[in-house]
Amino acid sequence: MSDNNIVLRVEDIHKSFGNNEVLRGISFGVRRGETKVFIGPSGTGKSTLLRCINQLTIPDRGSVWLDGEEVTNSGARINYFRQKIGMVFQNYYLFDHLTALKNVELALLKVRGMSRSEAREKALTELRQVGLEDWADHYPAELSGGQAQRVSIARALAMDPDVILFDEPTSALDPELTREVLEVMKKLALQGMTMLVVTHEMGFACSVATEILFMENGVVAEQGTPNLLMHDPKFTRMKNFIGQFDSYRGD
Amino acid sequence: MDQIAFIFDILLPALMQGLVITLKLIVWSAPFGLALGIGVAAGRQYGGPVLSRVCKTFVFLIKGTPLLLLLFILYFGLPSIGITFTALTASVIGFILCNGAYNSEYIRGALLSIKDGQMIAAQALGMTRAQAIRNVIMPQALRRAIPGLSNEFIYLIKYSSLAYMITVVELSGVGKNVATKYFIYTETFMVVGIVYLALVTITTVAVNILEKRVAVPGMNRAAAAQL
Repeated sequence: MSDNNIVLRVEDIHKSFGNNEVLRGISFGVRRGETKVFIGPSGTGKSTLLRCINQLTIPDRGSVWLDGEEVTNSGARINYFRQKIGMVFQNYYLFDHLTALKNVELALLKVRGMSRSEAREKALTELRQVGLEDWADHYPAELSGGQAQRVSIARALAMDPDVILFDEPTSALDPELTREVLEVMKKLALQGMTMLVVTHEMGFACSVATEILFMENGVVAEQGTPNLLMHDPKFTRMKNFIGQFDSYRGD
Repeated sequence: MDQIAFIFDILLPALMQGLVITLKLIVWSAPFGLALGIGVAAGRQYGGPVLSRVCKTFVFLIKGTPLLLLLFILYFGLPSIGITFTALTASVIGFILCNGAYNSEYIRGALLSIKDGQMIAAQALGMTRAQAIRNVIMPQALRRAIPGLSNEFIYLIKYSSLAYMITVVELSGVGKNVATKYFIYTETFMVVGIVYLALVTITTVAVNILEKRVAVPGMNRAAAAQL
């Protein structure tokens, strides 16, 4: 792993909420163009980890580095890093009072300082990328969950981020809507976008992930390519976890 | 004297002069009252401990004392420490403070109703808290505060008559002067009342139009019910 390929480095992140230590020292590096997928039982700190990366949650210990610059303890410069680290949330969090187009435009206008026409063009390009150009003038309440999530992906893409964090992007969606969102994410991965994805979608993880990190009790319990984790007999934890899924689903 | 002639030849022309003063009071007070309300609500909700406490105390004082008292202090009290306002200015300042304090409570209630995700999403895009409040939170909160704010605006129309107590001869004041001069009380004050009713009616219609124009699908209960 040559070091100058590493775009995001996470070192020894710890985080507690009260007496509950959610993250107990997480470290990893992400190369440009990589898709890292985090899976594991609920409550093992996967979402907290993503939020620590863009400092929406401040970790107790450890550091995050983007392109060799420290994101943790960066003061007001955090707003620069947050442009470079996009985030997509489970519940979309679209701005309720703005149309799809304006949702994507807002940060371009206010944070990047683009002109109206520049921002509009950029926003339309990103909406086209997620297949929603025709829905540009609709408000969030008029969109399906899948469409809303695709708008929020377009909103993150518009900032030209170095990496996008996906926090359970399909957990609020039914299987059909899940598919349309995953297809967009897959396309992004193939285009070379660097992505960190927290998900329970094993099919997506196995087909798209460069590496799967199985988290349990605040640590990375197993780590490797999908092929390795699924087939190497050395790894058992994740297979057990998926096995529970499968018997629950009845197949 | 013929009543019709009294109303049309004497009362209404006089009331028009008073109406102009009343409108001045309202038009000068309302925008600043709204701005103050936004500032105080944001300061209380998002400011640091000191600013938040200052805003809270301001609202506490205004809510806890009669407006008339505030007007007396501004007009009769302050000259003793060398600050002199005209009666009209003192009234407008009093109304702005009062209107702002009450507006801030409506806006604060609306701010509390905005889901946390809106702020989180804005910050995740690299917006500062101030940018997020200005561009994401406030536009939503102000829409939700419209019913409350319009209520307060209507109060303003009516408590503008308190300016008469510090010598501003506005609508009610003119009515009082005409009534005592001609000894015609009931008819005079009924006509004055009708003028206030007209002002409030215009306001209500205007607010309804405004509410429809800024409505966003899914952002209020009525629209959500239609979906």
